[in-house]
Amino acid sequence: MTENATIAVAMSGGVDSSTVAAILAREGNSVVGLTLQLWDQTRLAGRHGIPDAPKAGRCCSLDDVYDARRVAEHLGIPYYVVNQEDRFERDVVRPFVDEYLAGRTPVPCSLCNNHIKFDQLLKTARSIGAERIATGHYAVNEYDTERRRWILKRPADLAKDQTYFLFGLTQEQLAHTLFPLGHMTKPEVRAIARQHGLKLAEKPDSQEICFVPGGDYKSFLVAYLEEQGEPVAETAGELVAATGEVMGRHEGIFHFTVGQRKGLGLASPTPLYVLNIDPASHRVTVGADSELATRELLAERVNWISIAALTEPMRVRAKIRHRHEPAWATLEPAKGAGRNSAGAGDAVLVTFDEPQRAVTPGQSAVFYDGDEVVGGGWIA
Amino acid sequence: MPRVYMDANATTPLLPEVMEAMRPFWMEDFGNASSIHRQGQRARMAVDRARETLARLFNCREAEVVFNSGGTEGDNTALFGLVRPGDHLITTAIEHSAVLRAAERLEDRGAEVTFVPPLANGLIDPGAIRAAIRPHTRLISVMLANNETGVLQPVEEIGKIASEAGAFFHIDAVQGAGKVAFDVRRFGCHLLSISAHKMHGPKGVGGLYVRRGTPLEPLVVGGSHERRQRAGTENVPGIVGLGKAAELAMESIDDGAIEPLAALRDRLEAGILAISGTSVNGACAPRVANTTNIRFEQVEGEALVIALDLKGVAVSGGSACHSGSTEPSHVLMAMGLDKNAARASLRFSLLRTATEADVDHVLRIVPEAVEHLRAIAPVAAGTAG
Repeated sequence: MTENATIAVAMSGGVDSSTVAAILAREGNSVVGLTLQLWDQTRLAGRHGIPDAPKAGRCCSLDDVYDARRVAEHLGIPYYVVNQEDRFERDVVRPFVDEYLAGRTPVPCSLCNNHIKFDQLLKTARSIGAERIATGHYAVNEYDTERRRWILKRPADLAKDQTYFLFGLTQEQLAHTLFPLGHMTKPEVRAIARQHGLKLAEKPDSQEICFVPGGDYKSFLVAYLEEQGEPVAETAGELVAATGEVMGRHEGIFHFTVGQRKGLGLASPTPLYVLNIDPASHRVTVGADSELATRELLAERVNWISIAALTEPMRVRAKIRHRHEPAWATLEPAKGAGRNSAGAGDAVLVTFDEPQRAVTPGQSAVFYDGDEVVGGGWIA
Repeated sequence: MPRVYMDANATTPLLPEVMEAMRPFWMEDFGNASSIHRQGQRARMAVDRARETLARLFNCREAEVVFNSGGTEGDNTALFGLVRPGDHLITTAIEHSAVLRAAERLEDRGAEVTFVPPLANGLIDPGAIRAAIRPHTRLISVMLANNETGVLQPVEEIGKIASEAGAFFHIDAVQGAGKVAFDVRRFGCHLLSISAHKMHGPKGVGGLYVRRGTPLEPLVVGGSHERRQRAGTENVPGIVGLGKAAELAMESIDDGAIEPLAALRDRLEAGILAISGTSVNGACAPRVANTTNIRFEQVEGEALVIALDLKGVAVSGGSACHSGSTEPSHVLMAMGLDKNAARASLRFSLLRTATEADVDHVLRIVPEAVEHLRAIAPVAAGTAG
């Protein structure tokens, strides 16, 4: 890999990726800007619960493409929009919908990173003559000559840490990816954006799931299935206590996520939370906050980063959702266990030192050794 | 790095003569063609001269030429100006979106629309048009040349069918203008739209032939410009440019100057077909001289367009969607290609001014780029998203 090889920057139109493009271009690299067109924000507009006009400042909105194009023009770099709508729908949107219908709570950003941003984008980049891609993720990757592995580490700005969503990166992908913001804080990034004369230096961060307008995933799910001409699977059922006592009924398991308190429709002297969702019986178990704690989980389809494979128990800190403080746990190989484990990745048993609240099937469990990402998988 | 532009069906540069003809009408002869004074009169004369030229291009009366903002407006005017709720419209699945979206809107408003599919080679079968005729068929709208494949449609035969059925006939001739000889009488059409920028004229100006007596309701209303057919102050420099471009196009067709273009295109096509896994979409049909649409098996067309652009070759694939990325061509899919095959197809469309050196350059770049793409990210037929 030569130093002056072309770098493709994934430009979303936000301040982070725009700043990456600015830094790399000003360093004298040959840079090409690419924006992935992933979802037509007007596609479901007007259906029940979906806003008519898509809001600005979200993935794939025309405003963002406009912003990205303006930045590329400002930097004098070639820029293209690449259509990956079909692949995004197949690999991110459809699994997102199916997971909810199966009573699980998906992480679409990780699916997008695994299937689109670091897979398809790298292919597209190579197709157009770029050997590496660069993104605005807050993460650090570096090659460890002793272990002969690419290592993914938490960034300098821990408040912006995106490693939770990057656990699926392969060694090949890490070797061809640059994270120029890994050693910077967000305020520093905004300052650099200002120094480079980027007008979007003060643009607010995007927070919600890019293809779900207004963050209302239930309306999205219903509208999407309606558009596809598919009936919403009948998943109405009983709300039960841990004792099995029937407390009421619900309209579909996709309305719930483990740990949820609101929207249960139950009158109770003490707060009730969703403890478990059984996709087979459609039964949703509710109970007290104290009953939400679990000590163990099974992680499937695990991708290892800092190690080649888990051969013996390993002490890590495990993070079970984006806003979870990693907790001490022991990993052990789980032989042949778990559903959907057909050949793709290992399954591991994660045993926490202290019980953790609301372990949620469908989310990912990411394992840390200090700042390093050991690997991660999907909670069964 | 030399840049070769082979996307003439998207747009073309002005020819120097066109630029020169337009020049006085920006600052010196800037008058409003509707004004009584001398400045206005000079503008009026320029517009009239351009109208004479277009009348010669179309082979019609001067009073049958309406200037407008381009092909989309011409197509929209033809459809919205004739078709009412309850009427039946026949058009084809391979029209430009200016016709397709207008037809869909008419459908929403209570008109019936038949979208006739093409044959596998991209030709519209006149028999299929005939079979679609209903007692209340009001308008038939078919393009002269397809923008993506260059396939020339049998408009004369369709004109006869329209006449027998007592239906109006509109031709979207945007991609034919400047490439093939026109004759609205031979075509048997009531309406025909063209755009200046596809034939080395300026953007934002076009012409619509409206046969005398056609009850066409104007799309744009206001002042009494263009015999009340199209309101709005005439775009005098644009109209002058359109007139000059039409004149040059006619000359190049009449004196055979355009003929070497077909030979250049054929050489380009043969050179690209030497790459394995390539085929021409619309090969077995009559085509305009400048266009070839080539399918590259196991190639993501969008990536190839970008790779070629970075190497100095400008071509296109599919149709531009709202964000600027590409969607698989509805034309190729109507011809029976699946999404992947449509995505794997690129359009090369040569300028009238294309040279042997342009073709040589493209033939140096394309095989290497295709090979690179196939090596890096082979797209297995029928599996990619």
